[in-house]
Amino acid sequence: MGGQEKLLRDIGIVDFVLVELTEYLDTHPFDRNAMEYFNHYARIKHQMSREFAQKYFPLTKEMAESDKEWRWGMAPLPWEGACG
Amino acid sequence: MWNYEKRLQFPVNIKEPNAKLAQAIISQFGGPDGELAASMRYLSQRYSVPYREVAGLLTDIGTEELAHLEMVGTIVHQLTRNLSMEEIEKSGFANYYVDHTVGVWPQAAGGIPFNACEFQVKGDPITDLTEDMAADGAAL
Repeated sequence: MGGQEKLLRDIGIVDFVLVELTEYLDTHPFDRNAMEYFNHYARIKHQMSREFAQKYFPLTKEMAESDKEWRWGMAPLPWEGACG
Repeated sequence: MWNYEKRLQFPVNIKEPNAKLAQAIISQFGGPDGELAASMRYLSQRYSVPYREVAGLLTDIGTEELAHLEMVGTIVHQLTRNLSMEEIEKSGFANYYVDHTVGVWPQAAGGIPFNACEFQVKGDPITDLTEDMAADGAAL
């Protein structure tokens, strides 16, 4: 597994935790333990997304600052797959 | 409003096309218990929920269902790309191919188009949540 594929997989793992924690916290808005988990993984997700954008391509428009070419538009699309 | 992340919720890398399998899996895209119906169900029901935290939860779930829709669409796309004419005929994919070629169109396995009648919005939270449980139970 290459560095790009591995980092993308790790972002997927961390974001899945965030999605599930979000849905839990929506109906348990005073659970401080869950909020600590959320804050921790949200910080990690942000760092990983920034690293991914610097090394490969931006996953979000927030990470798409460009000068020579429009990096958001040049990025591969997720349905292409690695074996395309 | 929504933001988009240019990645799948879980990676999909299919090596071998299989049009027969795609015809079954497409039901999870646009069929009666598919991800499109799931997403539209939650995102439509949320407006009339009288509790803000529940309406917010339905928004987040409806959003996650869109990410599921994208994974299922990707599976159908990758199962049907690079098909030969012989494979299209042999796998029973010819009828779909006539109308959509290898485009991904929201339909049930039997060819029935996606329709809002796949879900219900009654404006009553208990009725709507009961319908959600029936629908998500069917999809499991």
